[in-house]
Amino acid sequence: MEALDRVVKPKTKRAKRFLEKREPKLTENTKNAILIKGGNANLTVTETLKDIYALKKPFAVLYKKKNITRPFEDQTSLEFFSKKSDCSLFLFGSHNKKRPNNLIIGRMFDYHVLDMIELGIEKFVSLKDIKNSKCPEGTKPMLIFAGDTFDLNEEYRRLKSLLIDFFRGPTVPTIRLAGLEYVLHFTAMDGKIYMRSYKVLLKKSGCKIPRIELEEMGPSLDLVMRRTHLASEDLYKLSLKQPKALKPKKKKNISHDVFGTSYGRIHMQKQDLSKLQTRKMKGLKKRPAAKMTEEDEGISPKKLKSV
Amino acid sequence: MAALCVEELLARAEQPHRSVAVEKELELEFDLGNLLALDRNAPPSVPRAAGAQRESRLRSLARDNTQLLVAQLWGLPAGRAEGATGPLVAQLPEPSYRLPREKPLPRPRPPTRWEQFARLKGIRRRKRTSLVWDEAAKQWRRRWGYERAGGDPARDWLIEVPAGADPSEDQFAKRLRDKREKVAHNEFNRLRNIARGALPGRGLHPTGHQSRAELGRATQVARVSTASLGRFQPRLPKEPAAPPPGGGKKRHFEPLLGDLAAERSRQLELLRGLGSKKPPLDLTRAVNKQLREEDAQAAAGKGRKRGQRGKRGRQRPGGGKGPAGGKGKKGGVRRQQQRPAGRKRS
Repeated sequence: MEALDRVVKPKTKRAKRFLEKREPKLTENTKNAILIKGGNANLTVTETLKDIYALKKPFAVLYKKKNITRPFEDQTSLEFFSKKSDCSLFLFGSHNKKRPNNLIIGRMFDYHVLDMIELGIEKFVSLKDIKNSKCPEGTKPMLIFAGDTFDLNEEYRRLKSLLIDFFRGPTVPTIRLAGLEYVLHFTAMDGKIYMRSYKVLLKKSGCKIPRIELEEMGPSLDLVMRRTHLASEDLYKLSLKQPKALKPKKKKNISHDVFGTSYGRIHMQKQDLSKLQTRKMKGLKKRPAAKMTEEDEGISPKKLKSV
Repeated sequence: MAALCVEELLARAEQPHRSVAVEKELELEFDLGNLLALDRNAPPSVPRAAGAQRESRLRSLARDNTQLLVAQLWGLPAGRAEGATGPLVAQLPEPSYRLPREKPLPRPRPPTRWEQFARLKGIRRRKRTSLVWDEAAKQWRRRWGYERAGGDPARDWLIEVPAGADPSEDQFAKRLRDKREKVAHNEFNRLRNIARGALPGRGLHPTGHQSRAELGRATQVARVSTASLGRFQPRLPKEPAAPPPGGGKKRHFEPLLGDLAAERSRQLELLRGLGSKKPPLDLTRAVNKQLREEDAQAAAGKGRKRGQRGKRGRQRPGGGKGPAGGKGKKGGVRRQQQRPAGRKRS
């Protein structure tokens, strides 16, 4: 509908489809990432970007040329790239004496920078260095975050949210259980963040749930948090807003108990109990003569008791 | 008895390698829609753990957490995709971890003027057939476009002059003009419908990415949005003063009969300037100013045209000398012009 509302109308169906893909929607597309090299990027940083590109394919774009920008000072070139390639996540790698092996991970809201966190790579082991079979491209990874720092520290909380956003991949309704091959494990320990990727081997166990064995597979990074540029509270809240149409409709007057029984509630109008329609027993019908005898019978039992 | 003991020993030996139970202090938090597990336990941090030892600790922690996550995933309702022999597939719930959207929420489009009218009158959209029967060509032709039914009106070789029209008017030109006007009118209405859809405070909310001009407009609107339309609104320290209420005029004329003393002093000053022999133009200052301007231009030019240095560089020394020589000449000419005026007077 938005493509019809543009000041410049698209002239071909292809252009219209292109614009419709990029406009805001109720359920959004999978977020794409752009991986950029800075002015002087050394081997470590370049290899890291290449490995993360391999993890995020096909929802990532790796820029081959170096771009001389400083994201923390001027965000206009990043926003321009994001607008051109319709990507809302970015990873910018650079290296200089003051900040060696620098990675800036960030995300955008409405093509403007929302959050940016600068991480330093202390140690990096590439995909090539570990010689074993890898999992296929485009596998949805399992994400695990260990460490209480990820909940206590505000910056670590945003970093956790950023990393989930970055690595989670497309949202799927069903998943093949044998295809859970890949897990990314982030540990926050001693002021550092250890990212490890393992290949999951499902072994037989006595019961239905398989026993897990892990094999180190992919890139492993030791990161340390440097600068941050977090969005203000209200902008972050605005970006978190979900459309009402997607909220699940609650069914009223239905409750479930512990045993799985579901109870429903029915609301009735007030009933006049004397005029209730019940089964009629002919023998119990009241006769005018019987009414008088009832009264006598009602009195006499009392007398009997006293005696 | 011995057989039982042996069985027990065997079971105990097997178990640690095949158990799926994991001990954890705090329960993990799961978001199965995202295949996510959050472990709140403090990791086993050893102050000076060597590389290999730390790796093994991390790996065992990862194995435990993955085991718990996989146990949860295996607990989901599963089915077999594509019949009884297909792969085992689990139904994932909706992701519960809230992540920010990449674009703002879409706003519903307001109805256009026609849509409002149609709703009022109860007019509903009729589905039209894509082809129309053309009697002249005895064929099914499309409603509009290439080879339309009824012929293309723009390619008519003959147009009848209608009864009440001026006979000398060019009907072809009239048709063309009418079409252009209709298209322009349609476009105007479309833009008006779009403008109606835009919210009234469009450029006024702070986004953090506004230019100086936009902010100026927003401050102006804010100033005027008071009960007294901004009349008693104090100015900020560096805000420029209010423009005069009548609208600032570009040229200011003195009143005809005003200050007689000021007029007298002004006329005397003028006569004094005419009578003095000193030239009103200070040549040295003028020449210096011109030289400074030229230098600034040359510096800017150098910065811009670095690539074209070869060609231009050769020209510049000639160019640099030229104006200086010209200036000397000009000054001389001016001097000569002024002397006769002085001489005449004296």
